Amino acid sequence: MFYREAGDFKTSYAEDNQTFPIKFDRYRYWFVLAVAFLVIPFIINDYWANAIFVPFLIYSIAAIGLNILTGYCGQVSLGTGGFMAVGAYACYKLMTAFPEVNILIHIILSGGITAVVGAAFGLPSLRIKGFYLAVATLAAQFFLIWLFNKVAWFYNYSASGQISAPERFVGGIAVTGPNTEAWAKYMVCLVFVTLCGLAARNLTRGTTGRKWMAIRDMDIAAEIIGVNPLKAKLTAFAVSSFFVGIAGALFFAVYLGAVEGGEAFGIQKSFLVLFMVIIGGLGSIFGSFAGAAFLVVLPVALKMIGVDLLGWPTDIVSHFQLVVVGALIMFFLIKEPHGLAQLWRVIKEKLRLWPFPH
Amino acid sequence: MKMKNLAAVAVAATLGAAPVMADLVIPDLSYRTGPYAAGGTPFSDGYQDYFNMLNARDGGIGGEAVRVLECETGYNTEKGVECYEATKGEGALIYQPLSTGITYQLIPKATADGIPIHTMGYGRTSAANGEVFNWTFNYPANYWDAASVMVNYLLDENEGSLEGKNIALLFHNSAYGKEPIRTLETLAEKHGFTFTQLAVDHPGQEQKSQWLRIRRERPDYILMWGWGVMNQVAIQEAVNIGYPMDQFIGNWWSGAEHDVTPAGAGADGYLSLNMNRIGDLPVFEDIKTLVHDAGNTAGDGSNFGNVLYTRGMYAAMLGAEAIAKAQEIHGVADVTAAMVRDGMEALDITDARMEELGMAGVGPAFSVSCQDHGGSGLGIVQQWNASEGKFVALTDYIAPDDSVTLPLIMEDSAAFAAENNIEPGCL
Repeated sequence: MFYREAGDFKTSYAEDNQTFPIKFDRYRYWFVLAVAFLVIPFIINDYWANAIFVPFLIYSIAAIGLNILTGYCGQVSLGTGGFMAVGAYACYKLMTAFPEVNILIHIILSGGITAVVGAAFGLPSLRIKGFYLAVATLAAQFFLIWLFNKVAWFYNYSASGQISAPERFVGGIAVTGPNTEAWAKYMVCLVFVTLCGLAARNLTRGTTGRKWMAIRDMDIAAEIIGVNPLKAKLTAFAVSSFFVGIAGALFFAVYLGAVEGGEAFGIQKSFLVLFMVIIGGLGSIFGSFAGAAFLVVLPVALKMIGVDLLGWPTDIVSHFQLVVVGALIMFFLIKEPHGLAQLWRVIKEKLRLWPFPH
Repeated sequence: MKMKNLAAVAVAATLGAAPVMADLVIPDLSYRTGPYAAGGTPFSDGYQDYFNMLNARDGGIGGEAVRVLECETGYNTEKGVECYEATKGEGALIYQPLSTGITYQLIPKATADGIPIHTMGYGRTSAANGEVFNWTFNYPANYWDAASVMVNYLLDENEGSLEGKNIALLFHNSAYGKEPIRTLETLAEKHGFTFTQLAVDHPGQEQKSQWLRIRRERPDYILMWGWGVMNQVAIQEAVNIGYPMDQFIGNWWSGAEHDVTPAGAGADGYLSLNMNRIGDLPVFEDIKTLVHDAGNTAGDGSNFGNVLYTRGMYAAMLGAEAIAKAQEIHGVADVTAAMVRDGMEALDITDARMEELGMAGVGPAFSVSCQDHGGSGLGIVQQWNASEGKFVALTDYIAPDDSVTLPLIMEDSAAFAAENNIEPGCL
């Protein structure tokens, strides 16, 4: 009844091409943005920021990044953790080398540095595909972490090998360091998520995205119709790594404040982001958000239910969490192989017909 | 829809789980799962059992009941942060994260929030300088003390000279394992031994290449900074290549029963440090009758009295004493985190007091001051006796070489102060 194309007349090409052609979707989108920007910052506290919102927003950026590479361009990557580490260490080096430059610029530059590194590791993708490429990116993961652990220059020769973010301000308000207010952390991440989401959505709708999808669907056919695989694959790697690098920089500077390369950006991080993309839905921006929300919120919710509500021992809950998350992943992949995004699409189809399904 | 439901449940859970209670809240950031659970479980058992015993025997501390909030971190930094945020709102008085990684994470946060951290024999060594790290305490000893104690023990064994010896450090490749390197480098220079570093990556099961190198180079001594599954694997590997066990010394996190038992009789003679004495203490009687027999144990009770259980209990005792001290200073029973910090800074653990508590000689006598948050730094060397299945103290408390560690602590804490714009001084 509310969710329909009928009656929503488009009078220009721009209107016809907009991201949300259905009025209800547009309103929902503006509503979500309004709540995110105008309501949540005023009610958020440390716990909600650090346990749920900030990790959710950061993982969303990482998931969007991986989704561009894997979901849109079809190149499987297991190097996400390593690329996040590049973003984090780049951010650390920039923050300490140029303390007078704004931290937001540093975060964007870290994304740029990661894009260069990502493109370099993307070169083998021109020759190898599928599982073999996955192994090559796995090598990137291990090599990068090893490098950051081995070369003391990356962590400014600190005794522990940890990198920790010094305090930095945006417009006089601390956004990194221990005195950061919950809302400031949240807002920085939110701004980056919004910009990244917009950029990713519009990239994937345009020529670039169509080239990626052509490569994903059949690279030989794509080449025959004039898509340059070198350019398409390398741009996918670069753009994807750019997002992942920004996520890594935020993860280090804003969220945790101090990280240890091997522990924070290990192989399990790569898998986590990959699971987010798979559960959320390959080739969908909404899916990246849904997957990130699912895997960030679920463990916290399970812990709250198990420990705080039911009073179970913490180790049982912790083991149970693995069982439940694992079972849910299997359930989703069997019942809905295209992820949460597909579920959303089905709901939207049903909504179009509701309440008269015939 | 799903997300909304979950969010609703989460909201309900947080609202439901924040009752206002006037008691002493002590979070226990434990890990009973993952590759480090073997060490995390007994420590947490001892920590909680001691507080439960105080509740049952004395009605808490100074008449105020203790409420332990356990939160599972899995030795994972992100989960540790989540646990910290989840528990600090409940009025947490003191944090004991039992993880160097999480400690680095919490030092700035807890300083900003005004909650003391006690990292006993782990964490950031330079936190011993209390003028820079006002809210962080690492008494009774720290890693640099441990490294120095080991070298002092070896000096003793070698008639005062380590000239020309080759000493290898087998370490967990993380902030924890890297801590002693700087001290050992300085000591190597001072005493003229060659120092080799062998890094083992998380979680520590894969050590073949390191032990191949040891087999080839045959260092005179191996020092180990390991934790969790890494210890067991290292000791098994040492047995496999026939490395003499009495030249293999673990630090105090690499010397518990569960580390050596998998290697069977081969591990006999393995050496490790300890910062607390082990053995039968009178206080165990109270824990046995008041906690275990009352069915109130944390965990399954199987770790009762072992090395890390005793250390967890020792940590709880130091926490409880600090709270008692804070109550004494401020004259109120329901103390706040800031008062507990004052109590920690005025802490004076004497032999008489330890005897009174039923744990005579469990640790060295020491006192804390504003300048010195590090305690005495003494450690003993213990040896594994495989046939009897227990560790036996081999030496008395050995003192570290403060002339080496102190300048390093000053240097590192000054660097931290400069980096974070801290004006050193007392609170």
